[in-house]
Amino acid sequence: MNLVKFWPLPVAAIVVAAGGYAFASMQAPADLDDSLSHASDHGLYAVSIAPAVDPVPVGQLHAWTVAVTTPDGAPVDATVAFDGGMPQHGHGLPTVPKVMGKDAEGRAIIGGVRFNMPGWWELKVHVDGAAGDDTATFNIAL
Amino acid sequence: MRKIVGMASAAALVAIFALAQVVSAGGQAGGWNAEQRQRIASLSLAALPPMPADPSNAVADDPAAAALGKRLFADTRLSANGKVACATCHDPDKQFQDGLAVGHGVGTGNRRTMPIAGTAYSPWMFWDGRADSQWAQALGPLENPLEHGSDRASVVRVVVEHYAADYAAVFGAPVEAQPVDRVFANVGKAIAAFERTILPGGTRFDAYADAIGRGEASALLSAEETAGLGLFMGKGKCLDCHNGPLFTDNSFHNIGVPATPDDLGRMAGAAKVQADPFNCLGPFSDARPEQCMELAFIKAEGEELRGAFKTPSLRGVSGRAPFMHAGQLASIADVLAHYNAAPAATVGHSELTRINLTAEELTALAAFLDTLGSDEPNGD
Ligand code: HEC
Ligand code: HEC
Repeated sequence: MNLVKFWPLPVAAIVVAAGGYAFASMQAPADLDDSLSHASDHGLYAVSIAPAVDPVPVGQLHAWTVAVTTPDGAPVDATVAFDGGMPQHGHGLPTVPKVMGKDAEGRAIIGGVRFNMPGWWELKVHVDGAAGDDTATFNIAL
Repeated sequence: MRKIVGMASAAALVAIFALAQVVSAGGQAGGWNAEQRQRIASLSLAALPPMPADPSNAVADDPAAAALGKRLFADTRLSANGKVACATCHDPDKQFQDGLAVGHGVGTGNRRTMPIAGTAYSPWMFWDGRADSQWAQALGPLENPLEHGSDRASVVRVVVEHYAADYAAVFGAPVEAQPVDRVFANVGKAIAAFERTILPGGTRFDAYADAIGRGEASALLSAEETAGLGLFMGKGKCLDCHNGPLFTDNSFHNIGVPATPDDLGRMAGAAKVQADPFNCLGPFSDARPEQCMELAFIKAEGEELRGAFKTPSLRGVSGRAPFMHAGQLASIADVLAHYNAAPAATVGHSELTRINLTAEELTALAAFLDTLGSDEPNGD
């Protein structure tokens, strides 16, 4: 288990040892944008996501954090929701991740993420804030 | 009690391995690239993490509870007709299953008996995952009219008459002093403690995977079996769902096996486990609510749950015909033909796409599955 050591307690509790094992290999379309920090689809927000476990595990429940700012980097008070799936397989995440609270830097802590197969996963963060509703889309390859 | 590889088979593997080293000295490095080597190593029993704790069961790792559970597992007095025990269907000599298309107890059910080895690693029990722990699972068959056909009051009577001393020693209270539902739940907890000791044994594949993981060449698998492993991870896409050391993602998928009409699979199972009074959040669980992670994040809605069933482990699979949740497919050849054709589902939508393997490739894939062993797991 590779857990982030200096993570606040609630996240440590979310990152349970549920019989996981890690794949660090890559297997996804070569031209995939795999940046975890970019503008939302309509440019309303800048969104950054980060896994609480490195490398991102296959099979194990773990947490992510989500940081949302205006495009110029000013803090935003927004509601976020986290979702994901495999475009090549037509299925979503095997769990329903939930916002568990905020960490010391004000990032939303998302608990209950599980990737149950290696391959290309799409992650979507829905942001509902003063500037309106928008969605940021990310890709990861496991 | 908890041995992953029996002493005898470990010694045999060492001997085979030494021989293989001689045979392949200076030979091919298996032809795998770094990524493939890592994936192969990820399938070895050596990559199995420590068994997850079961906070909902305070006696999960108590050897006295496991000893009690082992006796309960084999006790036919816990059935309506005095003839059915867990071990009737989960025969320790047959990988803890029965080789039948559907289970036969007091009556005949509509699902196939599942093997038990390694289920302590699974967050959900049954083909549809309608129980969230081994102990909650064990309570199902006792009151299922087609399996043990008993009821909790009768189960408690058997404990009072035959297990009173052991029960009091394990659970710290005389059985007569406890409410029926509490004793019933504790019977499940003792059986679960026993089931936690049932693990798959090491296979020729594991010895091969460990060597490959160390970057060594190995002749432990034949050229055909090695080709089958390549197809399993590549063109066959089997690793999408049958991944990790137990060859299962512990999730639910619709793969278009002809389903029993009205069997909604996970769609019904997800609703049932949330309503189960014996689940992790219920009054008989020893867990704090925040320890019930699986229920907290359960996916309980969505069209993809319709006709979806739990991905079975493939360890020892060749010795467990017939296959699938109701024994729909008679042989490994039939299973592989099913994956090759990827037929549309009769209930819901199949996730499979055609893999177009040739006859030769199908044979190689079957040969690879045989390397995952077919002997009994260790159960004592
Ligand atoms: C009549 C045969 C029969 C008897 C008796 C029986 N089982 Fe089962 N068992 C089955 C069948 C069939 C399934 C799959 C049922 C389903 O999915 O609906 C199963 C599933 C299971 C599973 C789930 C495994 C997994 O991977 O999810 C476990 C564990 C298990 N049984 C343990 C027990 C225990 C413990 C007992 C005794 C208390 C018992 N069984 C009695 C037939 C039986
Ligand atoms: C989309 C996920 C998925 C993929 C991909 C997949 N499987 Fe399966 N497999 C399952 C599920 C789920 C079942 C049980 C289905 C049921 O009973 O309805 C299963 C059942 C099986 C069984 C029967 C096991 C038993 O105990 O009954 C075998 C053998 C098997 N798969 C082998 C393979 C092979 C070989 C491949 C690659 C060609 C493969 N699987 C690809 C999910 C998958």
